[in-house]
Amino acid sequence: MANVHSWLIDDSPASRMQARLGRLYRICGALSRNPLAAVGAIIILVLILTAIFAPLIATHDPLKQDLAQRLLPPGGINWMGTDELGRDIWSRVVYGARITLVIVVLVAVLAAPAGLIIGAVAGYFGGWIDRVLMGITDIFLSMPKLILALALVAALGPGIENAIIAIAITSWPGYARIARAETLTFKNSEFIAAIRLQGASSLRVILGHVLPLCTSSMIVRVTLDMAGIILTAAGLGFIGLGAQPPLPEWGAMIARGRSFILDQWWVATMPGFAIIIVSLGFCFLGDGLRDVLDPKSGEQH
Amino acid sequence: MSALVLNNLDISYGETQITHSISLDIAEGESFALVGESGSGKSTVLKAVAGLAPQWTGSITAFGQPRSHGIDQHFAKHCQMVFQDPYGSLHPRKTVDAILSEPLAVHGIGSQNSRVEDILVAVGLDRKFRFRYPHQLSGGQRQRVAIARALMLEPKLLLLDEPTSALDVSVQAEILNLLKRLRREQNLTFLMVTHNLPVVSFLCDRLAVMRHGRIVEIADVAELKRGALKETYSRELMEISVAHTG
Amino acid sequence: MSTPLLEIDNLRVTFPTPKGPIDVVRGISFTLGRERLGIVGESGSGKSMTGRAILKLIRAPGKVSADTFRFDGIDLNKQSEKAMRSIRGARISMVMQDPKFSLNPVMTVGEQIAEALQTHKRLPRRETQQRVLSMLEAVRIADPERVATLYPHEISGGMGQRVMIAMMLIPEPDLLIADEPTSALDVSVQAQVLDIIDEQVKRKGMGLIFISHDLNLVSSYCDRILVMNTGKIVEECKAGELRNATHPYTRGLIAAIPRLDETRDELPVLDRNAWAAK
Repeated sequence: MANVHSWLIDDSPASRMQARLGRLYRICGALSRNPLAAVGAIIILVLILTAIFAPLIATHDPLKQDLAQRLLPPGGINWMGTDELGRDIWSRVVYGARITLVIVVLVAVLAAPAGLIIGAVAGYFGGWIDRVLMGITDIFLSMPKLILALALVAALGPGIENAIIAIAITSWPGYARIARAETLTFKNSEFIAAIRLQGASSLRVILGHVLPLCTSSMIVRVTLDMAGIILTAAGLGFIGLGAQPPLPEWGAMIARGRSFILDQWWVATMPGFAIIIVSLGFCFLGDGLRDVLDPKSGEQH
Repeated sequence: MSALVLNNLDISYGETQITHSISLDIAEGESFALVGESGSGKSTVLKAVAGLAPQWTGSITAFGQPRSHGIDQHFAKHCQMVFQDPYGSLHPRKTVDAILSEPLAVHGIGSQNSRVEDILVAVGLDRKFRFRYPHQLSGGQRQRVAIARALMLEPKLLLLDEPTSALDVSVQAEILNLLKRLRREQNLTFLMVTHNLPVVSFLCDRLAVMRHGRIVEIADVAELKRGALKETYSRELMEISVAHTG
Repeated sequence: MSTPLLEIDNLRVTFPTPKGPIDVVRGISFTLGRERLGIVGESGSGKSMTGRAILKLIRAPGKVSADTFRFDGIDLNKQSEKAMRSIRGARISMVMQDPKFSLNPVMTVGEQIAEALQTHKRLPRRETQQRVLSMLEAVRIADPERVATLYPHEISGGMGQRVMIAMMLIPEPDLLIADEPTSALDVSVQAQVLDIIDEQVKRKGMGLIFISHDLNLVSSYCDRILVMNTGKIVEECKAGELRNATHPYTRGLIAAIPRLDETRDELPVLDRNAWAAK
């Protein structure tokens, strides 16, 4: 263990691999020293494990109805009680982690790279390319996110895939703005001038040299946005435009529990807790990552 | 053959004209200095030659071939630049190895591994620095990496923009010695911009004094050493420098 | 020079790192009267940290400790952060390297200088204004009325540094610490700025600590010189006797500077390992 540690923090790595792993190790080390970030990371890790091992963790079939057992309070058999169709809420929350994770990952995979590239291209070239791309970005930014997502889902038809597409379309402009701002700060720096002087094409400069510098602030921003994405997805689910029944999506579950909130509080509260905890987890992790990854504060010395 | 000929070069940024009819003829293998205070336009000349200030009229001819206004791959192989600030000229997220391999990758040149090893030896950097990030290096080590990067494509002309002004004197001495040795070994031509006359005296053969975007005087470094510059402004610069270095 | 202005014995500045604490200033001692003291060293020598330590401006997690740490009879070791704030600026001032980063971009020059004065002294508006203008005049700004209404981006680097000096001197401190005050300026402007500092220090009988990497500059503007290397003072001498320096580090530094009438084919290079271990 001590050997691995000293290999990782070696000041003079012997290979590319060791240099990269060493950097990753330092980032993880810095994260673990930040208690809130560590809590966030643990929450996200638990979410991922829950999603992967849902069949093992769930105590019941999340879709199996049993009208004789409807609206039972939390207890020994049904840890979080049952809903109005007698389904086990714990199992539904556990399976809901899968849906949440899929939404979050797909939105990140769709929106972040698109925003990153559009922003970097606009910032790097400037001029009319910048004006056109940022004009489009501004049009999207000027519309309220949830309303835009609503309109898109209404047009595309309800369903989880369309909800993901709608959320992705509403979230890329924010990333484009950040990527552009980041690009502008070092577009005229000497290290970019140096690589241009070597004859590198614009494509190469942007992909190989500009984007790697935007990624850390992008990772931070995406992580912080995860909470918002989950809430938007839950919101869409809540008004019936997101995941469709009987899928155990947390927002939709809250919506169904709304009718019983005074007498059977647990039906709406349990998925609500799940949303709050996961959102908080992403926020904590995002804040911690900002402290560690932000080139302006970290790694200077 | 001349390494670099500038003829009636007028460089502008937007509406503002920075230099006025700059003409120079630098022989192959020569080490030439542009000196002057900030705002004299000396760095702008260097940028225009490199291709970073594309708005100019007149002509720039390198090794017999006229230079286009932008940056092109062919020119890049003949002419490279070393920047002033060793902290700003290296990509903060790339290892020394990646920084040095990139020019070869851009030009599709193979045998990267051995070239990187060779160049590290040539600029006097130990192998252990190869996979470090710039923030793990000192200023002098970074400037060595920047010089190594400029030499990766085996250029014949090296543009030096105040290469030692951000460094400590003892490190400056090391870098100046290195530049002198590399020039001898690889038969390089230097065009250096600086405000430091003693550095010119150590490293260069000829110098041009610039003020307000014009060349005031072109002289041999021997004249500088004898204190025999002709123009009043050149002599003023020299006197400040003498008072300053005691 | 009966009681020295500043008395420092065994000053240490320590920063914790993952590999254990590192001393960037390793037990230096010196005294300062109302004189001009130069601290010379290369980057990483601890010279700037020494300057900041005197003002207790070392940010956490860095730590400052000293056996004796006395300024004009005040034990700096015992001063709280609040007490230090009334000493900084009013009694000890500091001029930093680059005026671009030290001046507030959204306040006019006049307002900033006035604020520096008002923080430490309550004066009627008119008198404040009077003092600001005469201070600007003192740093050889030709038309102080006009310059006082300019914003920092509207003035040149040399003028910015003169404004900084005016700001630092207007509360009439007893000690001025100048940390590389002219490194960002052209050589011809450097001389002007240093002459102004020199004139003000002499006229008001202040103490000056001039921190720089430039041996020649320091030797021509100071009475006494401390040469620092890796957190320690390796040489202390009168400015005029720098040429006779004995320590190999100092001698190496002097030799490494190229000269205008340079005839050497190669500049001598410091062998850092030779004495860094000591």
